[in-house]
Amino acid sequence: MVEFRMPSLGADMEAGTLVEWLVKPGDQVKRGDVVAVVETQKGAIEIEVFETGRIEQILVDLNSKVPVGTPLARIRTELERKAGVALAPAAPPASVAEAPPGVLPAAPRPSRPASMAPPIATLPSVAGRARVSPAARRLAETHGVDLATVTGSGPSGAIVRADVERRLTAAPASAEKKRPTGLNLDAMRTAIAAAMARSKREIPHYYLEHQVDVTSCEQWLTRTNALRPPGGRLLMAALAAKSVAVAARRFTLFNGFYHDDKYEPASAVHLGIAIAIRGGGLAAPALHDVDQMPLDELMTRMRDLVQRMRAGRIRSSEMSNSTITVSSLGERGVDALHGVIYPPQVALIGFGKVVARPWVIDGAIGPRSIVTITLAADHRVSDGHAGALFLAEIGKLLQEPEKL
Amino acid sequence: MNEADIRTVLQEELGNIAPEMDLQKLDPAADLREALDIDSMDFLNFIIAVHHRLGVDIPELDYPELVTLDGAATYLKSKLGASKS
Repeated sequence: MVEFRMPSLGADMEAGTLVEWLVKPGDQVKRGDVVAVVETQKGAIEIEVFETGRIEQILVDLNSKVPVGTPLARIRTELERKAGVALAPAAPPASVAEAPPGVLPAAPRPSRPASMAPPIATLPSVAGRARVSPAARRLAETHGVDLATVTGSGPSGAIVRADVERRLTAAPASAEKKRPTGLNLDAMRTAIAAAMARSKREIPHYYLEHQVDVTSCEQWLTRTNALRPPGGRLLMAALAAKSVAVAARRFTLFNGFYHDDKYEPASAVHLGIAIAIRGGGLAAPALHDVDQMPLDELMTRMRDLVQRMRAGRIRSSEMSNSTITVSSLGERGVDALHGVIYPPQVALIGFGKVVARPWVIDGAIGPRSIVTITLAADHRVSDGHAGALFLAEIGKLLQEPEKL
Repeated sequence: MNEADIRTVLQEELGNIAPEMDLQKLDPAADLREALDIDSMDFLNFIIAVHHRLGVDIPELDYPELVTLDGAATYLKSKLGASKS
C-alpha cells in the first residue's frame, strides 16, 4: 500500500487545500492520472498520481487545508495486487527525503512528491456560523460576492466552491473585470518576486544574443498549415521550443539545476514555457521530454497549456521541474528580451518577435524574416563561448524546420 | 444560422480564450488581439473553436479578415451562406 501525499509545488508552498476529488475508493488509477485538485497560492492545480493501482481509502476531506507531505489517499499498487499482499507503507527513499522542498530531482519524474513531512491532523475548514469552504470564501472575496446570497450544496448545507461559481455565472455580467477562477494574481506576484530576487541575488547572469533568419521556417509553416485544418496547424512558437529542447540535449551546461554550490546536468529536457497572464502575471509550467516529442504533439500540448493556464488549471507535474525555460514575446512584442533565470535552473532562452529586415544573402540585399534569440545563462556553470555555440545550434536547427 | 447566432458563438469562444475580459464592452470594430491582449496561440485556439462550432474551414490566409468581431461575423456569415446554396 502506498500513500499519495500532498505534493510540494514550489519552494514557497507549505500547505494546500484539497478542493476536488476526481476519484473514489475502488477506482483504478494509472500513473499520470489527474486524481485531485488542490488550491495553492499559485492557483488551482490538478494533482497527478505517480502509481498505478486502486484507490483504497481517501484520507483527506474536501476543502481541508493540509501541510505538504500529508497523506491524501492510500493506493493499492498493481504489484501488491499481483502478490496478493498488502505491504506496509513504504519508507520514502532517503535521497528524495533530503531534497529541499520544492526542488524536485532532475530524474524524468520523481516517484513521490519531494517533501515528506510527517502527517499532521487536517485543519477543519469550517469557521464559525455559515459553513464555507476556504476555496469558496476566497472566490467570493475575489468577486465581491456576498456569501449570504449563496446557497450551499455541501455537507450540512456548507457553501463550497461550486456554489459560488454557480452564483457567479447566474449573476449578470458585472461592470468590473472577471478573473479566471483559481488564479490569484497577488500571490503569483509574490511568488515571482521571491524567485526573481533570489535569481538576481545568487546567479551571475551573462547575456548573449543572436539574430537568426527564420524565413524558411515561415515558408514551411505556411505550406504545412495550408493543407491542415485549424486544429492541426503549427506556430513558430512550437518550432522555437523544439529547437531549444533539441539543442539543450547536446549542450548539457544549460539544462539542469544548480544547488548546494554544485551543478547537476539533467538527464531529460523538461522545457519551462513562460506564459504571460493578462492583468499582470507570469507562469512557466513545464512540458516533459520536449526533445523527444513530435512537433505536432508539442504544438497540441502548448495550446492546451496556454488554455488551461488562462483558466487557472495547471497540473502538479507541470509546476515544478523544468530544466530550462523558453520565453517568446510573440508577434506583438519587441525585438529582444534579456531574461532572468528561474532558479535552480541555469539558463533561459528568449525569442523576440519575428521582424522583416533587409538581409544580405550571397552578396545581395533582400527582405528576410529575422528573430533575435537571446540566452541568459549562469556564469557559475558555463562561459560565453559555450553559450555562443548553444545559441548558434538553435539557429542552425531552425534552418531545417521539417526535421524538427 | 443568422448573424446574431454567429455573434453569440464568437462571444462565447472569445470568453473561453480571455475569461477575465468584459466582452460586453468590446468594440466590435477593434482589433481583437489588441483589445483582448491575445497572442497567436490564443488566436489559433479561437479559430479552432469556431471551426468546431460552425464547421467553417478558415485558411490561415483569411485570418486578417477575422481580427475584429464585425469582420469575423461578416466572414463567417458569407462562408455559411455559400456552403448552403
